[in-house]
Amino acid sequence: MSTAIAELHETPAESGVNYLNATYGIRSWLVTLDHKRIGLLYLGSITLMFFVGGMAAVLMRLHLTEPQGALFEPETYNKMFSTHGIIMVFFFLVPSIPATLGNFLIPLMIGARDVAFPRLNLMSWYIFITGAALALYATLSGGVDTGWTFYPPYSSLFSHTHVVAVALGVFIAGFSSILTGLNFIVTIHKMRCPGMTWFRLPLFIWAMYATSLIFVLGTPVIAITLFLLGMERILHVGIFDPAVGGDPLLFQHLFWFYSHPAVYIMILPGMGVVSELITAFSRKKIFGYAFVAFSSLSIAIISFIVWGHHMFVTGQSIYAGLVFSVLSFLVAIPSAVKVFNWTATLYKGSISYEAPMLYALGFIGLFTIGGLTGLFLAALATDVHLNGTYFIVAHFHYVMVGGAVMAYMGGLHFWWPKITGRLYPDIWARIAAAIIFIGFNLTFFPQFMLGYLGMPRRYAMYPSEFQVLNVMSSAGASILGIGYVIPLIYLIWSMRYGQPAGPNPWGAKGLEWTTQSPPLTENFEEIPIVTEDAYNYASEAARV
Amino acid sequence: MMGFSQFGFDSLAALLAFMQFKPAAASSIADDVDQLYLFLSGITVFFAVLIFSIIFYFMLKYRRKSPDQSGTATHTPMALELTWTIIPSLICVVLFVWASSLYVRNGRPPDASTEIFVIGKQWMWHLQHPEGPREINELHVPVGVPVKLTMTSQDVIHDFYIPAFRVKKDVLPGRYSSIWFQPTETGTFHLFCAQYCGTNHSEMIGWVYVMSPTDYAAWLAGGEKTESMAQQGAQLFSQFGCESCHSSESGVHGPSLVGIYGKPQRAPNGETHVVDETSIRHSILAPSSVRQANYQSIMPTYQGQIDEEQMLQLIAYVKSLGSEERVNGK
Repeated sequence: MSTAIAELHETPAESGVNYLNATYGIRSWLVTLDHKRIGLLYLGSITLMFFVGGMAAVLMRLHLTEPQGALFEPETYNKMFSTHGIIMVFFFLVPSIPATLGNFLIPLMIGARDVAFPRLNLMSWYIFITGAALALYATLSGGVDTGWTFYPPYSSLFSHTHVVAVALGVFIAGFSSILTGLNFIVTIHKMRCPGMTWFRLPLFIWAMYATSLIFVLGTPVIAITLFLLGMERILHVGIFDPAVGGDPLLFQHLFWFYSHPAVYIMILPGMGVVSELITAFSRKKIFGYAFVAFSSLSIAIISFIVWGHHMFVTGQSIYAGLVFSVLSFLVAIPSAVKVFNWTATLYKGSISYEAPMLYALGFIGLFTIGGLTGLFLAALATDVHLNGTYFIVAHFHYVMVGGAVMAYMGGLHFWWPKITGRLYPDIWARIAAAIIFIGFNLTFFPQFMLGYLGMPRRYAMYPSEFQVLNVMSSAGASILGIGYVIPLIYLIWSMRYGQPAGPNPWGAKGLEWTTQSPPLTENFEEIPIVTEDAYNYASEAARV
Repeated sequence: MMGFSQFGFDSLAALLAFMQFKPAAASSIADDVDQLYLFLSGITVFFAVLIFSIIFYFMLKYRRKSPDQSGTATHTPMALELTWTIIPSLICVVLFVWASSLYVRNGRPPDASTEIFVIGKQWMWHLQHPEGPREINELHVPVGVPVKLTMTSQDVIHDFYIPAFRVKKDVLPGRYSSIWFQPTETGTFHLFCAQYCGTNHSEMIGWVYVMSPTDYAAWLAGGEKTESMAQQGAQLFSQFGCESCHSSESGVHGPSLVGIYGKPQRAPNGETHVVDETSIRHSILAPSSVRQANYQSIMPTYQGQIDEEQMLQLIAYVKSLGSEERVNGK
């Protein structure tokens, strides 16, 4: 993808100079301080990671079409699901919307010329690709078989795979998250243009702000945890090993103290994107702006105190279980409030159904199911049965793929004309969105049933009575795989052959649509002055 | 419970089982868990259908009719926001109370439970009955009798999961965890490891055989003649020289262990704790850390000398001392 982006400068943009053709050559990209170009560097990197992780998923699903396993030895299968989880969580989902769309859009949306620390921003990308390259190399040169959760004492004392190298890759990439979060927080505080008050900010910015808080507060904990794991593995220091006085559950507490908030690192930006899409395609102000904005912040805060719900069957005390259960129910409320407000935004709107809107509506539907099935797992008595089964797998894929990836795809399609200055073929985009929606549900809905029937996750082979549902799921995965390849093709195609988009093809509100497409390197000829609330659609027809 | 008539639940459960959407329910708690599961499913379907219907209705009714058409401004009524905050909150309170009370009730084994010991290791389940018989990846239990499993791991974290009984618990190295169940029907049910434990995790599976009490008694009597776990523990107790200090008479160098299980003990730092499987284990492997207040710290560690199976036999012996005293003393 990055080569295709590099070729763009050969295409003269219709409005003369822009950030893509302002300077030439690979070097101009590798030393760029432009937040938009850095966003594209991230886009290329995480797209590669997405297809590596996705390939692992497709191979896993093919393997599981037969109860004895169709393709691999169990050892290889275990490396497949570990690779899939590690790549998708740490190197795709966590950076996905923040590092690409966030980097590209935050300065544009708040009327700034760049982020607060452009050099730090470029450094974040270099740190990220260093970690990603290390993890990718370790994965491909023998792999890791601990699962993305790295639970000791298996990971520290028993696994014979490249645990330290992969953990180091995740450790390094974490600093990229911290620096990006820091950069965004300072940017949102200090760089807003005149008139852009906090309550005039697009909700995408609120979501990015909440996400950045988690980046800064949560990521150091996973860094320390993985560091301790490495120490344990290399030096046998005895922090997690019970034979020398350590506690394996301590690792789980520390791991989930980051990794539960990390779930919201993945979904909060998606919620921000969906707020933009729903308003733009129903040409209406968001319903309950303050409720949507503050629900992002309350989700970010509560997300730090629910980690124990991953540990209901580990033997943590009953009282801890009760507290974590009630807090987990609590975090469902702001999520529900968001869904109701998005739905109400459609009321009396002027709704059109271009591809980004299809993704947004798909997000609401799938996230609703993902959220509601979370209640089964917050409820102690049912969690005992469902924990560690395919029900969990289905639940978090509804949130992270049905939610976060749908929103990412929607956002990418929505802002693609702004990013490249070109339109993609909308009919293909709608077809791909429909294929993804169908493939997704066929893949993951049967997994809810498998989980309730009792099939544990991370099984390379399984009793034959589970085969029918597994085959359904695998069929869905192949459809889903095709659904993700189609956009890759037409989006790359559109960079050269797409129709010029003009500054505002959707008739959308927001400062990013007031400048040319692709924008100037400095974003705006003159710093804008904001005089109205976000999503002020009803006042005039906004199409340019 | 909670608006489900028993008949309604039974027929719905039977329908789901017939369609193979419902696992076998063969323990005393399984139906209660299933009722909560069905209630949660009902909530999920209700809200999903509600939201999808509203979205589809709005999509049709408010679709854009001309390219320049804008939406109509609406205000945000506070009452509506409060309504859709408070109603889900109330539902969550109901769910929390229901699920938690069930969990607390399901977590507490009846006093008269039969105790079976489980050791997880890569990649098999070792089980031993108090009467002595050992099993690998199979568990024979009588129907209608509460069974308590005391479990530990020899290596990594495993998880003992019997879907038909709706019970699951992590099995950790260095400590004992327990679950209990009371089978309600005879039959053969899956036993899974539900915590990823390495290469052959998916082969760490087995079967639970629920038998009628007479069949179970015949099974117990039928196998190889073995001594009970407590008897095996008693032999280890003398073999490792424990009795020179801990015999029921001496009590000079170390405390007598008669009746010690389940009683509070005071440590030198003044804290008291109830003696359980994990603390007996710690006392043997790291005696200095759990020394009793009245005794000098002279006991050597047995770290590395006693395997997990022997440890369970020693624990069974210490526990049997307690029950003998109760029988004799009261």
